[in-house]
Parts: sequence; structure tokens; C-alpha cells
Amino acid sequence: MTKTITIDPVTRIEGHAKISLYLDDSGHVNDARFHVTEFRGFEKFCEGRSFSEMPGITARVCGICPVSHLMASAKAGDAILGVRIPPTAKKLRQLMNWGQIVQSHALSFFHLSAPDLLLGMESDPVTRNIMGLISKYPDIARNGIRLRQFGQDVIRILGGRSVHPAWTVPGGVRDPLAAEDRDQIKRALPEAFDIVELALDLLKDAFDDNTAEIESYGNFPSLFMGLVTPEGGLEHYDGLLRVMDSEGRTVQEDLPPERFREIIGEAVEPWSYLKFPYYKPYGYEDYKGMYRVGPLARLNVCDFAGTPLADRELRQFRRLGEHGKPVTGSFHYHYARLIEILFALEKIEEVLADPDLTSDHVRSNADVNQMVGVGVSEAPRGTLFHEYHVNEDGILQKVNLIIATGQNNMAMNRTVKQIAQTYVNGGGLSEGILNRIEHGIRVFDPCLSCSTHAVGQMPLHIQLIGPNGHLVDERIRD
Amino acid sequence: MSVVTLTLNDELISANSDQSLLEVIREHDIYIPTLCHMEGLSERGGCRMCLVEVQGSRTLQAACVTEVAEGMVVTTHSERLRKYRRMTLELIFAERNHVCAVCVMNGHCELQAVAAIEGMDHVRFDYLHPDLPMDISHERFGLDHNRCILCTRCVRVCDEVEGAHTKDVLGRGINCRIINDLNQPWGSSQSCTSCGKCVEVCPTGALFRKGATVAEMVKRHDFLSWITSGREKNEWDYAGQAPYYATERRKE
Repeated sequence: MTKTITIDPVTRIEGHAKISLYLDDSGHVNDARFHVTEFRGFEKFCEGRSFSEMPGITARVCGICPVSHLMASAKAGDAILGVRIPPTAKKLRQLMNWGQIVQSHALSFFHLSAPDLLLGMESDPVTRNIMGLISKYPDIARNGIRLRQFGQDVIRILGGRSVHPAWTVPGGVRDPLAAEDRDQIKRALPEAFDIVELALDLLKDAFDDNTAEIESYGNFPSLFMGLVTPEGGLEHYDGLLRVMDSEGRTVQEDLPPERFREIIGEAVEPWSYLKFPYYKPYGYEDYKGMYRVGPLARLNVCDFAGTPLADRELRQFRRLGEHGKPVTGSFHYHYARLIEILFALEKIEEVLADPDLTSDHVRSNADVNQMVGVGVSEAPRGTLFHEYHVNEDGILQKVNLIIATGQNNMAMNRTVKQIAQTYVNGGGLSEGILNRIEHGIRVFDPCLSCSTHAVGQMPLHIQLIGPNGHLVDERIRD
Repeated sequence: MSVVTLTLNDELISANSDQSLLEVIREHDIYIPTLCHMEGLSERGGCRMCLVEVQGSRTLQAACVTEVAEGMVVTTHSERLRKYRRMTLELIFAERNHVCAVCVMNGHCELQAVAAIEGMDHVRFDYLHPDLPMDISHERFGLDHNRCILCTRCVRVCDEVEGAHTKDVLGRGINCRIINDLNQPWGSSQSCTSCGKCVEVCPTGALFRKGATVAEMVKRHDFLSWITSGREKNEWDYAGQAPYYATERRKE
């Protein structure tokens, strides 16, 4: 008898989703689907507004990474104005973006994934969360909160608030950075460096206990896409698009990101509100054009990081790939995330030493000069595209947002299926197995909307549905 | 001009007979919300925020357009008034799209401030959310009908102070719109002098400087008293303006 198992909602991710497992007669997993069940409509309701409002509006797409939308949106605005922003404005935007990388990655690692890694994938769900982590490993939990706070403070100091600061504008940024504020960030850096070193040790210790998970949590060949500097280094704010296959071949040599349409297509499936972007030259059929974005992809596609500590970690990271090939296991998103925190901290240290950083000239002024503007940045979760079409006055006619999580959509579906096939083998279904499947989604740190989860006990709704559509079994944890 | 005696919130006071109730109320340091009223412009009595109870009158009166009279008994704050003010505010919020979170005037908006002061924490009516356009055809300024509460301060300042009468009101009831000249894009207006007075007096984010983002607009009203005192009394208070010019020059 075929059955459907539904995990709804998926917990400890940013947003709302459910997972369906389709079992065959023998109880083996036939197929698995990751559904995004919420509908936002940002692309539609922004039409008719002015492009200069877009950083403020699109920041509201997400409360975890509003900064990423601020960056992409302001850059699309720069393109519509047709201006080069003042050098100080670019450095300040980068500074905020690195702060964002630190806080978001810290949240993903410490708050959302560490409970699984440190307390065990199949440990008691009542305590398998940040609260359980606080009671068992208070120092680690506090460090995670402190590291996230560092990133949030950078954002708050620059933008006046840490969530949804409407601080970037087409043409630059709103306010310059005062010297005393710069020094405040500088003073907090040493502690942040210490914490990320500890986190790296913790994760490497967890590798030994999770060998089976590393093998089965989304470990498959795929394409990888990310921005690189013109020299091929790790990049988060600007740069060129590079696509690499899992053999390490660069299939797309560094492309100016405003030409992304040439390589990215978007497909739609009736069972999910999340679009399915794919690598156009390879097509959508049979997952051929599946690519991954985010920390893992960025570290795979770049030639080097560009800062001493991150480069040393990157050399270790590379050894996880077979024979020098890219790292294909999605479990290593965790490692890549920590390396990026390290990189971001080093870059923050570098830019804080720049005497130009406190200059007052932070905004270029112009009128509408281009009818189309594309803005691209690397969000914590991957490459983010904003594409605006405006009329002569600057009123938006068409808006297209390609969100990082969408680009990982195919890979997340593949991951869910792989984990389900490894752990659901005709035997019983335990809560722990379902949590493993959820963790498969968590490694991608998907940001499905602007919602963050309340800590504490996570609700979970599992349904077993028979072939006739009637309920065979049901378990509700609330 | 004669002096009249009236009772304001149980207190016997005197006032000049040509004063409006609102002037007298403000003179006595009693807070009463207003949105369409602006010092230096004619009164309209449209926003209904300054409603007061006048003994002997069946209906509530807008203080800004009610003249004081001998023996008047006026109450500025009561449960009934609080209810009416809040309901009026809720209707204003329900009529168009006032999303503070993404508005250029967030944090500096008079409508937002009045709603907070009057304790309007939710709207009981269905939001109409009409699909209204933005006009950003002007070189320097933008008009967003979604944020407009039809206070007509812009219309009055343009007519009475600048003397251009570019702005006016089109339509009736819920179809009312602020227009430029003969309902044409602002940028194509022949009469507009681009002085920006309308933008400065607008209480919400309906009129704004182009390119402004969330919470970035701060509006200045002091130019109005500067112009009116100059025009009417030939008094140009440079001493009062000095600190402003000093800071502006420092910025340059």
C-alpha cells in the first residue's frame, strides 16, 4: 500500500514549509517533496511604486537578512540612476553586508543547527532546541548569541536599527559612519574572532559523530554558483558570476551579473510557491540544471578567500572534496558558513582600518537614466538578484526577485529524498528520522519568509495518508 | 474687537471675540489634535480631529472653524470625543494605504503621531486599499495619493502663500484626489514654481522629496510664520533664523 508522510511545519528554519514523503508498497521512499506553503506577492505589489523606495520595501521580505535585500535593491537603484556610488558608500555597504553574514550564519549554526549537532539528531525533541542547548551547554549557547549580536550591532550602528534598516539608497547610503562608532565595532572584534575559532573546533569534533550524516545529507553532484572578485577571490557584495560543476570545471566563466538572464531560467511547480531556478544551458529536465548557491557554493567556486585565516581554513575545507574536486556534501554548508564568518570578520577588520571609511560623501545624486536595473549581491544563503523595470519617472513596471533559497530549491528536494531513502527503509518512522529530514533542509538555512521561529517546543504535524486519501495514522506534537 | 467670557473645561476664561475656539484652547495649553489646521493658512475644518462639545449644541463642533461666543460652555476631552476622534482616525487609515513601515515619513508623520496619542491601536473597519498611483513626474518632488488624507494644506499654501494655485481637489467623497493644474502630471504643470511649500506643509508622506526612503523625510513648517510675519508685519526675524543658517553654512 502506498502512503504519504507529511512533515508540517518544518521547524527551526526561517519560514513555513512542509515535507511530503511518498512511500511505495514496501514502505520505501519513492519520492519526496519540499513544499513552500506561503505566498508573499512582493513582485506584484511593488509595481506602481517608486524604485527609490525599494530598499525599504524589499528589506521587509525578510527579518533575518533584510540587509541582503537592501544591498541588491540599492544596487539595482544605482543601475537605474546610472551612477557610480562614492567609494566610502561602497565600503560602508560592504561593512554592513559582512555584519549581516556574521549574524545570519551565527544564527543558523548556533541557534538552529547546533541543537542537532551537539544534542544529537534523534535526541528528545522537547530539549532539542536553543533552550535545550542553553541548559546543557550554556557557554556555547551564549557564544552563539554574542557572535550574532556582534553582526547585529554592526548593522544597527550603521543603519540605526538591526532589523529592516532603510539605510542603503539608490546612489549610496543615507548616513556616514562616525569615528566613535567605527571604534565601537573595532573593540568588539577580538571576542567575535575567539567565538568563531571555538565554533570551528566544535564543528570539526562533530564530523566524527556524523560520518553517516555527512554521506547522506544532500551529498550529490550538482552545479555551484556564486560571485567571485575579478581576480577569482571570495566575494559577497559585487563581482562576477561563476558557475562550476562538481568535477571542478568552470562551466560559466565570470559573467557580469546583470546578464544573469542568459544563464538562469525559472520553472514553476504546482505544489510549491517557491520557484525553481535552473542553469539554462543545461535545461530544467531531470535536475540537469540543478545548482546550489550559498556558503558551500561560494567556497567551491572561488579560487581563494583573500584573507589569511579564511584561506587557511579554506585549504582544509578543500580536502573534504574528492581528489581536489568541489565539496558536494550539503552537510558541509555548516563548515562553509563558519569559514565565511571568519572571512567576514577579517574583512571587517580590514575595512575599519581604512581612513576613508568616515568620509561624509556617501551619496551620489542623479535622475532616472536607465529603464532597467539589476542588482546582485551574495546573501548569507546565496546569490540574490533584484531586477527592476521602470518608466521615465522611475515608477516600477515590473519587478523580479530571485532569492537564494529558491535557487537551492531543487537541491533541497534532492536532499530530502536522499535522507528519506537512507533512513526510512520499510521500517517504522520515528520522530528522530523525521528530524533528520528536517535537518537536511536546515543545512541550506533556507529563508522562506520574514518570519523567525519562537524558541521552545517546536510544533510538528505528521500525517500518513493511504492511497484512497484517508488518514492511516497521525501524530501531532504541539 | 470685544472681549467675551466662556467656560472651557469647567474654567471661566476670557477671549477676543474674533478668535476661533481652537486658538483659545491652544492659548490655554490644552492639547487638542489637528491635522488639516496649520498656523498661517486659512481654516478648513475637514479632518474633524479638533471636535469639541459645546453646551446647547446637538452636534460636535470643529474648534478651528467655531468662533468663540459669550457664555459658551466648551468641553475638549470626554469619552464621547475620544470615541469620535478614534473612529475618525480609523476611517482615515482604512480609506487609503497608510503603511508606516515603508513610508518616507515614518517617525515624523503627523497622522501617525495623532493616532499614537489618541490611542488608536487597531482599525475596526475593512481596509479599502485602493490601487492609487504615484506621481513622480516632477523634477524634485513626488505625490503619493495612497498616503494623502485630503487635508488640503498643500492646496491652501499653494494658493494663499505661494499664489500659484497649482494644486486643487478633484472629485467628491471617496473619489477625491489632489491634482496639479487641470489633473495632469505634476512635471507638466505650467503654474508650479517648484517652491516646495506644499511638500513642507504636508502632514504625511503624500508629498515628499524625490529619492527619499523610509523615514527619511523631515518637514519644516517654520518658513510659514517667517513669510506671514514678513508679509503682514514687515518683520524679518533674522535673529531667530540665525542658528539655522549657521548650521546650514557649516554643512556646506
